Amino acid sequence: MDGLYYSESHEYVKVEGNLGFIGITDYAQQQLGNVVYVDMPEVDDEVTAGEEFGAVESVKAASDLISPVSGTVVEGNEALEDEPGLVNKDAFANWIIKVEMSNTDELANLMDAAAYKAMIGE
Amino acid sequence: MAFKYFPHTDEEVSQMLERIGAKSLADLYSDVPQELQQKAEYQIPEAMSEMEVRRFFNKLGMQNITLRSFLGAGYYDHYSPAVAQSIIHRSEFLTAYTPYQAEISQGTLQYIFEYQSMMAELTGMEVSNASMYDGTTATAEAMMMAVAAAKKRSRVLISDTINPFVLRVVKTYAKYQGIQVDMIPAKDGETDHEALKAELEKEDVAGVIVATPNFYGIVEDYTGVADLCHEHKALFIIHCVATALSVVRTPGEWGADIAVGDGQSLGIPLSYGGPYVGFLCTSKKLIRKMPGRIVGATRDADGKRAFVLTLQAREQHIRREKATSNICSNQSLMALYVTVYMSLMGAKGLREVNATSYSMAHYLAEVLTSTGLFEMAYPGKPFLCEFAVKTKLDIEQLQAFCNSQFMQCGLKIADNTLLLAVTETYSREDCDNLVEACVTFNKEQEGCKL
Amino acid sequence: MNNKFYGKLIFELSQTGRQAYSLPKNECSEYALACLPSHLMRQQAPLLPEVDELSVVRHYINMSNNNFGVDTGFYPLGSCTMKYNPRINEEVATHREFVGLHPLQCSETAQGALAVYYCLQTCLADISGLSEFTLNPYAGAHGELTGLMIMRGYHMERGDLKRTKVIIPDSAHGTNPASSAVCGLEVVVVKSRPDGTVDIDDLMPLLDETIAGMMMTNPNTLGIFEHNIGKIAKAVHDCGGLMYYDGANLNPMLGKVRPGDIGFDIMHINLHKTFSTPHGGGGPGSGPVGVRAGLEHLLPNPRVVKVSEDGFETFKLQCSDQSIGSISAHLGNFGVMLRALAYILTMGREQLKWVGPLATLNANYIKESLKDVFELPISGVCKHEFVFDGLKDKTSGVTTLDVAKRLLDYGFHAPTIYFPLLFHEALMIEPTENESKQTLDEFIHIMRQIAQEAKDDPEMVKTAPHNTPVRRLDDTLAALHPVVTWRELQAENY
Repeated sequence: MDGLYYSESHEYVKVEGNLGFIGITDYAQQQLGNVVYVDMPEVDDEVTAGEEFGAVESVKAASDLISPVSGTVVEGNEALEDEPGLVNKDAFANWIIKVEMSNTDELANLMDAAAYKAMIGE
Repeated sequence: MAFKYFPHTDEEVSQMLERIGAKSLADLYSDVPQELQQKAEYQIPEAMSEMEVRRFFNKLGMQNITLRSFLGAGYYDHYSPAVAQSIIHRSEFLTAYTPYQAEISQGTLQYIFEYQSMMAELTGMEVSNASMYDGTTATAEAMMMAVAAAKKRSRVLISDTINPFVLRVVKTYAKYQGIQVDMIPAKDGETDHEALKAELEKEDVAGVIVATPNFYGIVEDYTGVADLCHEHKALFIIHCVATALSVVRTPGEWGADIAVGDGQSLGIPLSYGGPYVGFLCTSKKLIRKMPGRIVGATRDADGKRAFVLTLQAREQHIRREKATSNICSNQSLMALYVTVYMSLMGAKGLREVNATSYSMAHYLAEVLTSTGLFEMAYPGKPFLCEFAVKTKLDIEQLQAFCNSQFMQCGLKIADNTLLLAVTETYSREDCDNLVEACVTFNKEQEGCKL
Repeated sequence: MNNKFYGKLIFELSQTGRQAYSLPKNECSEYALACLPSHLMRQQAPLLPEVDELSVVRHYINMSNNNFGVDTGFYPLGSCTMKYNPRINEEVATHREFVGLHPLQCSETAQGALAVYYCLQTCLADISGLSEFTLNPYAGAHGELTGLMIMRGYHMERGDLKRTKVIIPDSAHGTNPASSAVCGLEVVVVKSRPDGTVDIDDLMPLLDETIAGMMMTNPNTLGIFEHNIGKIAKAVHDCGGLMYYDGANLNPMLGKVRPGDIGFDIMHINLHKTFSTPHGGGGPGSGPVGVRAGLEHLLPNPRVVKVSEDGFETFKLQCSDQSIGSISAHLGNFGVMLRALAYILTMGREQLKWVGPLATLNANYIKESLKDVFELPISGVCKHEFVFDGLKDKTSGVTTLDVAKRLLDYGFHAPTIYFPLLFHEALMIEPTENESKQTLDEFIHIMRQIAQEAKDDPEMVKTAPHNTPVRRLDDTLAALHPVVTWRELQAENY
């Protein structure tokens, strides 16, 4: 969990250079229950920090995905199309979209692992 | 207070109030400020006994005039089997609610699954929802689905050959959704493919809606239209007359993305406009964009195959303002009706229904035009059971004359154009009677002129 | 219903060559369908069953035996008003003189049908204290959409185009925000106070010149009457908005409160709830929409109007450009209207006024009889329904879902569960005025027994139901891997 950036709506960003790997946190997947579908944007779609880019569905709930950073989608995690339950198995290993970030300064608005843990009361 | 729908005795009411700790029924409304409480009595009529209710409706029923009607325009007088009527009055189906508790609702869930299977077969599409209100609102939903799927496009093209009663509903929805609806002109009663192409080339179209058979009864040729739409990233939507799909080329065979329409033609009585049932079928790829309920297969704790409502996370009770639609339920009982109807008829029966309707309609077209009073509005165009004719007769007066003979001669769709439908429930004699009425009317008119 | 699982699909009874219909001989077979150009014809016949008539009848009757309806037993489904569906209504709805009418038949030949429409519309206006109703909407959600279009239409015709938001309480049914979105309105959520009513302090700052109006259910989804409705309506009207009444919970108001008298401008009614028409497993419903004086011209096309000509009163259809447009093909679900009118006439003004108080009596009776074993988050008098927040003693780990499933074993339908979202273990109970004290006492007894079972044998409750045609179903499997047609079912070897 360390080294990642976190949003208040329970998304994380793992940063590699200009690329951000966005997913939902382990805490979020626990709250949601069995994930049955991940609705993700297409390659080349723009995402904006603080705005919705998709949704994660369980049987009886759905949660919007709010992008923690702005940028262009370079890849969606296709493995989730066949097996959305991977998010439950390992939320941090199974990112949802890979984004080429347009403004890395936005990362400063996000929480670090310690702050996020404090927020969820761990 | 003794009344047939109120079981409590006065003593029971007292006992219950005591348990609650209230002195009177009025006490139960102590939280409603006095000034908001209803002061005056209702003005509705006084209670009627069951016999009086019967008499009331018998009397009103007699004020309707039963006509041998040649009206169609989307709603057809097809054979309604006794079995279908009787099954929908089975009280376990009639008095149930949406199957939320699947363990005690397998009856409803199973027939919805059968309905979905049969509608997918009929339209040639991969999946169907659990049904919608009617054909007009289903078409509006298909339009919204196309716009939602396209994300950044909000223009929809609709062929001028679509049923105007469908169009007017679609336009209302579009207005409030901020969707731009543009019409594709018709040429000789058929969609102008060149005009469609030109509009699609503007690269801002989310969906294209056409009809089969179209409003004039014509079975249009949509060869190449699906490719054209897909080339320009628009969804191809076909509005259809359900029963016709058992014989005419299906939306699936034309390459459509969505098939919609009204299921009334599958033997549902006309009932002055409803209840009918709308259908919406699509490809598996678009299933999550589809509005409405869906039933899917699963297993119970013992491994038994059974059915449940599924993919509910798209729906209003979970997604609220982000739902694919605001529709809560389906038109379940009428979906049951058409499921039973299709079970009874099978592919062979449906074909026979269409074959007879075709024969009767073509017979009527021939005898009507042979009087010299009518000519085909779109000569040479292929039609199934409905067609438009042009006439010099005054249609309003002709209509009044036919009404006096307990007939309705069709629907006036332009100053000199009449749309007529005939089905397997019409006899040769019915057709001959109409022709005779038209001839008599013309003679009387000419007599007046002299 | 019975508990023997039937489970077959009609496709599984099919044998090539059977048939279950008879049609008259084609008298004009010289005109042959085969004359249509082959490229316009269906290439492959649809895969439909081939069965005989008795097999069809038995199949559906066996299926119906696995179904629970109001006629089967107590159906305390909160917010759904599962009343008795009187048989006389069904008889009236199948009257031949109505069933055969084509919707486009000249109005001169359908005067009886138009009189039914007009009479029902007039009754609903009286019952709700509004000016005029349209009966065209096909269902409650469709009525909501129609009503919101009227709300927007009202602002649009005045050129007030910036009113694009609608205020909705957080306790509202999901349909309210969904209908708003379909109508192109942005949703602004107003919070509830701990007692479940709208928080006026949260509401006031939301009111400005962008507000088209506010949607409310009253009593709200917790069964609590919004006693501040007067203040709320005034504030919304002062800011230029309209008040919309969601008629989902109209039943307890019958005889006691008319929405039009307490500040509402537009409302819809669910005929399948308040006016006893059957739910039909999910439809057809009917969602008439009423408006106060001054908004009638916005009602959808066509409208049924009464005209006097030469001393004769006749009914006509009218379309107007001022209307919001058409929202249905013709006049809506006419068959449902016949049933609702039969109900109103049977009840009459003498009985209808007791519906609200008696429904309220039944709800409070259950609530007071169970509040020592189930958690009652909001005390005090409720209206037609109320919400428990699960079992009082939660140490057993038995959830609301488990309680609901266990109820099925005892021959009761479950209450509405996990709604409203304000409570984690919501269990929403709505008996109607039709249920006898014996039925209520039995239900209370079983609910207490389940609470005891949760203590004594929690595992048994958690694995309920045990006596139903099928046991608990795997929702996740269905959603992960949707199989929605017979063709798919065969391919998957289910």
